[in-house]
Amino acid sequence: MQTVVNLWPLIGVLVIVVGFVLRFNPLLVVTAAAIATGVAADFSLEKILAAMGHGFMETRALQLILLLPLAVIGLLERHGLRLHAQNWIARFERATVGRLLIIYLFVRETTAAMGLTSLGGHPQMVRPLLAPMAEGAAEKRYGALPQALRHKVLAMCAATDNVGLFFGEDIFVAFGAIALMHTFLLGSGIDVEPLHIAFWGIPTAICAFIIHAIRLHRFDRMLSRKLASTDRHASPVETAA
Amino acid sequence: MIISIEYLYWLAGVLLLITAGMILFDRSHPKRWSSGLFWLLFATVFLIGERLPTVAVGAGVVLMALIAGLGGVGRGAHAELHVKAARASAGRLGHKLFIPALAIPLTTVIGSVLLKHYEIGGVPLLDPKNTTFVSLGMGCLIALALACWLTRDTPLQALRESRRLTEALGWTMVLPQMLAMLGLLFNDAGVGNAVAHVVTTYINLDFRLVAVMVYVLGMALFTVIMGNGFAAFPVMTGGVGVPVLVGVYDANPAVMAAIGMFSGYCGTLMTPMAANFNIVPAALLELPDKNAVIKAQLPTALMMLLVNIVLLYLLM
Repeated sequence: MQTVVNLWPLIGVLVIVVGFVLRFNPLLVVTAAAIATGVAADFSLEKILAAMGHGFMETRALQLILLLPLAVIGLLERHGLRLHAQNWIARFERATVGRLLIIYLFVRETTAAMGLTSLGGHPQMVRPLLAPMAEGAAEKRYGALPQALRHKVLAMCAATDNVGLFFGEDIFVAFGAIALMHTFLLGSGIDVEPLHIAFWGIPTAICAFIIHAIRLHRFDRMLSRKLASTDRHASPVETAA
Repeated sequence: MIISIEYLYWLAGVLLLITAGMILFDRSHPKRWSSGLFWLLFATVFLIGERLPTVAVGAGVVLMALIAGLGGVGRGAHAELHVKAARASAGRLGHKLFIPALAIPLTTVIGSVLLKHYEIGGVPLLDPKNTTFVSLGMGCLIALALACWLTRDTPLQALRESRRLTEALGWTMVLPQMLAMLGLLFNDAGVGNAVAHVVTTYINLDFRLVAVMVYVLGMALFTVIMGNGFAAFPVMTGGVGVPVLVGVYDANPAVMAAIGMFSGYCGTLMTPMAANFNIVPAALLELPDKNAVIKAQLPTALMMLLVNIVLLYLLM
């Protein structure tokens, strides 16, 4: 670490942090950070634009996951998909938001661990199916939800999909991240079996399931506490104990 | 290959072009021209981006950011099916509505697992480097055909719905790609080296626990900044993991790598920079707080960081 390291490119990180904290439009913040980083690294304006254009082209595939399912999902929603998902889950007597999400977490994490990462996802699974089901389960128990709590339920659906995916996919031996770790370590002169890297991810993956499942269980309790107490407040005969 | 990812880029480009066209012809749209231009620029990247000089694409990206930053991307009105009609339709179709929705993930899995190495006359059926994306694209087309057939609605209506959801997402849709672009630029400019330098120069790594914490928290912090654990891994593992944990404390490299990458994932759960996992879902679920998903994940992520420190310390 005796070589001189140029610390100026860190200015891009600063731009990002300040921009996000001050709540400027993120696209503007990212563009400003890209330009600031490029200037700090002594790139010419042309090189900065070229690097941005090249990077944007390289990462186009990300967009497909989001853009392509929209037509189908939109059409099904128009014909009542979300309504049906809500009504269907409401038929299960014991369904709660927490239980539904714990089951989803388990399925998402185990299937991701078998390499089936595309079984879930936000545009194709969370918005059209999981979120309306969670909402349906909550409404069946407590009636219409106050907006703030409804938003919390929806955010928890998205969060559960992410947690299940992240801590599952990395223990699948043929996953890209394992290959990346293996290649990098090989480059540093360390030869490790990819299978061993995948194996040593299992303790963390199990802990992640337990921790998030406990949080989901407590989420149920939070819902019933808050919604039961609003019921009491609504009732005119209630007196303070 | 027979089905290349190029076709999907064209398909995406056409979808965006139609969205742009619908907006430009929509006289009642509040931000008709600026919104139309925004989506038109985005469509151009997919349709002819390959043939444009990268400088021109970069300039287009800056222009898109300016339009979005100045509030130029608006949302048009959309004629929804009447609630009664939707309810009747849900009652009539019932579980059949799930079929096209589930066809997308199922086709993706079947394509990426079973058809991965399928060849016709020595030519791979699916783009070998992008099997998942290509399978997803085919899944969407199959699901669309099923959905049109089941609901007896038209592909034109599906395009209107695609426009509705695209406009509902708005500029958020472009954010993941912008951030991935920034990550590549950070790498080019040496941001990683600078961070590793700061971490290793100013923190005393003479204690085993401190070294473990620096590696775990460094992976998370660096991922928070870059939005991606894959970018953090080479930097932190090259800077701290291999020389200190393996070199000095004789750690098992498989344990270090596995737990290190998971620590990076904890960072992913906490950062708006990982827009496709955190910001886009908030937009998809139409949550007013763009950080609502991050807030829901934060306790899990922090507890998992603690777990990772303990596990790495004990297992390495």
